[in-house]
This record gives sequence, C-alpha cells and structure tokens, in this order.
Amino acid sequence: MRRFNATPASGPDRIRDTPLSESTFVGAGIGAALGGLRPVVDVMTVNFSLLALDQIVNNAATIRHMSGGQFSIPLIVRMATGAGRQVGAQHSHSLEGWYAHIPAITVLTPATVTDAKGMLLAALNEPDPVFIFEHAFLYALDGELDEAAFSVDLSHAAVRKPGHDVSLITFGGSLWKTLEAATRLAEDGIDAEVLDLRVLRPLDMPTILVSVRKTHRAVVIDEGWRTGSFAAEVSAQIMEGAFYDLDAPVARVCSVEVPIPYPKHLEDAALPQVAGIVQAVHAVVGKR
Amino acid sequence: MPNLVDHDHSLELLRQMLRIRRFEEKSAELYSGGKIRGFLHLANGEEAISVGAIPALAPDDAIVATYREHGHALVRGTPMRALMAELYGKSTGCARGRGGSMHFFDASRRFYGGLAIVAGGLPVAVGLALADHLSHRSRVSACFFGDGAVAEGEFHESLNLAALWKLPVLFLCENNLYAMGTALARHQSQIDIARKADAYAIPADAVDGMDVLAVESATQRAVDVVRAGQGPFLLEYRTYRFRAHSMYDAELYRTKEEVERWKQRDPVRLLSEGLRAQGVLTDAVLDKLETAIADEIADAVTFAEASPWEPVEDLTKDVYTPGKV
Repeated sequence: MRRFNATPASGPDRIRDTPLSESTFVGAGIGAALGGLRPVVDVMTVNFSLLALDQIVNNAATIRHMSGGQFSIPLIVRMATGAGRQVGAQHSHSLEGWYAHIPAITVLTPATVTDAKGMLLAALNEPDPVFIFEHAFLYALDGELDEAAFSVDLSHAAVRKPGHDVSLITFGGSLWKTLEAATRLAEDGIDAEVLDLRVLRPLDMPTILVSVRKTHRAVVIDEGWRTGSFAAEVSAQIMEGAFYDLDAPVARVCSVEVPIPYPKHLEDAALPQVAGIVQAVHAVVGKR
Repeated sequence: MPNLVDHDHSLELLRQMLRIRRFEEKSAELYSGGKIRGFLHLANGEEAISVGAIPALAPDDAIVATYREHGHALVRGTPMRALMAELYGKSTGCARGRGGSMHFFDASRRFYGGLAIVAGGLPVAVGLALADHLSHRSRVSACFFGDGAVAEGEFHESLNLAALWKLPVLFLCENNLYAMGTALARHQSQIDIARKADAYAIPADAVDGMDVLAVESATQRAVDVVRAGQGPFLLEYRTYRFRAHSMYDAELYRTKEEVERWKQRDPVRLLSEGLRAQGVLTDAVLDKLETAIADEIADAVTFAEASPWEPVEDLTKDVYTPGKV
C-alpha cells in the first residue's frame, strides 16, 4: 500500500508502489525534489515514519540552509497519525509535536474535510518540505466539501467555535472531541471558544493570543504525551505572550504517559476524552 | 606499471591528485592553527578515486558525496577559493560558510553535498535519478560512499530500489577498509563489497583505487552502462587512507606497518614513478606543477582570510524559501 506519487497525475510511472524501505523512499523523494519534481510521499502512518527520520531530519530539513540557500526541496510527506482504533502501542503514536520541533519544515494537521483536501492542494505550491499528519480517526469523517478547499491557507489557526469564557486550543483528531466538550460546557453555562491550530509549524501565535486575551483562560488539548508535548509549547508561548491576561494557569489535556494499550477501556483511559476536557475546563473556569 | 599512453593526460591526473593532497595538507596545517574547526576528514591516499572517477561524468550529471569530499569538489571544478573559504566558515564559501568541511555544495555543478550521515546520500541519489528517469533525461547520478555505509540499511534499500526501477544511479564505494576505526572484517560477513550487488541483480566491478588510470577506465565503463539506461551499477574502489579518520584518532585499530605497506602504493607515488620511468616526469616538470599548486593554495588562503563572515542578522536566512515565512 505504500505509494510514491511523483505528481498528482495518475499512471504507473507517477504513482509508484515502493518496497518497505521508508528511509530510502523518503530520501528518494528528497532527491526527486532536488531533481526538479514535486513528489508526494505517503508513508502510511507516523509509526513507520520513524524509519525515515534520518532523511527527514538530516536531509530534508537541513539542505536548504546548510547549502547557503542553493537548493529547495518541494517535498510533501503524508501520513496517518493518532490512536483510538485498538491497534496497540506500535501503531498508535501521535508524534506530530515531535516533527513540529524541527525548523525548516511545515507541519500540517488537517481536522476537517475541507482542510484535508485544501491543505494538500495548497502544499503542492510550497517550495519547502511539508509534512501532513492526518488523524486516522478522521478518515471516517463525513462532511460537505466547500469551495474554500481550493483556497485554504497554510499559516493561520481557525476559530471553529467562538466563545468568551475559555479558549480550548487543539488540532487534528482532538478537534472533534473538543467541539463536543464545548457543546456540553454550553449546557453548564460555559461559553468556550475552540481554536483549531491547523498548522503546528509555523505556529500562528497571534490568533492564540487574541483568543486568550479575550477569554483569559486556556486549556490545550493534545493527543501527544504530556511531557515535551506540543501542548507544552503552546502553554509556554501563552505564558510568554499573555501571562498578565490570564485569570488561571493554562491547563493541558494530553495522553497518559504509557504505551497505548490494546483493550478499549484502557486505550480510552489513556487518551484525551470529552469528559476529561470538560473536567479540565471546569477546574480552570472554577477559579474565576 | 600504469599504461601511460597519453602523457599530457597522465600529467594532468598527477596534477589533480597533487592539488588535492596539497590542499588538504594545507587544511590540516590551518586546522592546527585554529583557522579551521569542527571535523576535518582528509582523503590522503584516496585521491586517485575523485581524480579518476569524476571526469568520467558529464557536466550535467549529479554528484552526491560524503563528509570526505574535498577532492571531489576540487575535481568537479568548484573554485579552490570557495572551498577554502568554506573550510574557514566564511560567507564566500561554497555553502556561505554554513556547512564547513563536511558540507560542500555547488548547485551550478550539480554537487549535492557533502552529506555527513553515513549512507544518507544514497537515497537522495536514487531520487535524483528518478527525476531524470521520469523527465526522460539521459543523466547519471553518481553517489560516493564508504565501506562503512554498506552496513547501513539505506545501502541495501537504495541498491534494491534503483535496480527495481532501473534508475541511472552509479554507486561508488570508496572502500578504505575502515569504518572510522572498525575494520571491514569486523563488521561485514561478506567483505567483498562488489559481490553485494548480486543480491539486487546489479552489475558490479571492483578496481584498485590506488591506480588512477584503473579507476578512470573502470568508472568510464560503469558510466557507460548506467547511461545506456540499463539501471544502476556498483563500483568498488579498493583504497586506503593514510591519516586518521578525522584530524586525530589514536589509530589503535591498525599497525604502523600496515600503513607503511599501503604507502608503498600511494597513488601519487605510483603514477609519479611510472611517469618518471617513461621520462615524462622530471624534477623540473614536478617543480612547475608544485609551484602552480602552491600559488593556487596561497591565493585561496588569502581569499579566505580576507573574506567576510556572514552577518549574524542572516542567521535564519534560507531556513525557508524567501517569502514563505
């Protein structure tokens, strides 16, 4: 099922099955980009992308700067990410936050049908490496594709639900849990604003700060493990940029720090869930 | 005894090898003087490979090399000034000084590094060849790597993928017998590297890497096969480095006698002796070569010394394509 799309056009030359050689087919994507193509490499899942980390970190992310700007690498790498399907510890990673640590690449986390299509289209115009993390849970999502898909930007977070009492900041598969939590919170009289980060690198901090300065409270929801999570980065930047606007400490809802287990009740317990988000928001809002 | 049919050509090969050797000797001196820092991997003893191999490639063929690539860039034609400035870390270097010794780049000569993770360049060469293949261009992508790289998965994956897709990749193994300090027989069950190509149904050859004329003819044959569109080729150069892996190591992994034995087969010495025996090389001719090389090196050092540092304000320039962020 590995696919190596040399261009969006179909055909056996341009859509290629590859061997299970993640490091080499991602590296070949880098080389093909250096050679003037615009490759789209599908590594299937983030779990297998670990086998290609050398090419991603040491080549894709360095060659432009290290060569003094002589080379561009217009490469797209797609992969599924996330847990929740009872596939065990080796197929349930959420490592987009790791990737967002790396300068010189763009990290996208589409969470809507429009972004799933639109971000891929927009990425085809990017001159530098783009990594698209598609939460596996979202592949089953139904939705109307609107015209906006043909003009989405790759630089802004989106307010998916406006609100006044607290900013719920999330991305990817956690967006839908967070929106559901916001609905339940509304029943409790809490008007939550939901931000979908969409792009983890470069991070749209101004949109986050505008929201936090309005609500004075923030909860970050991230399926990654808490330690060193992307939620930690967002929290730190809120502290740096809006500390005196906060009425309560920034809270985080992340995965429990265990390898994600197979049985459903344990997997559910390991991941951010609607109830946990609601509880975290009550704790933050209760401090007013 | 090398076959020295074309005297001018043989003298040019000698000049190129000397040019690399003297450039690197000067680099080592500048390293000791603190002008060059970081890692500095010298190819002392291995010069016949870049000198013999690279002219067999066309100007629009691609080269992907390793962290021991000074000679490759020199033979490819990147001006010595730009290379010396790169070693200094100056903004006039071939990578604006950002790469240093291990990361020479030259887009105008299709020189894609200078990639310093062992075997990391092989997949990139496969991709460059894929781009040519899909664009119906008759170009070769040549990838240099050491014997240490054959222990990496990327070596095997790349040979397989290039063979599977019949891509024009020339895999060039510079086997100097040691992966840093680990002897080939300590890390490979099959020490005949060229034979590893059999597993991927790739044609291969092994050649004396100390004999520049043998390197030249074997590489030309390999380039011809690859350019004919029959897929990749693995060529193993059997060579030896006389100095440490990087600037200093304890060299506990080999004996002084072994090094001395290989020095008897120094490629510069082999070719010089052959040319002297035929009366082509005299002290006067050699002096002239050496003087011209010394002048070129002195000029490169002066240039590097006088060159400016990249301003700190430009630190984050080129992380992304301009206008992107």
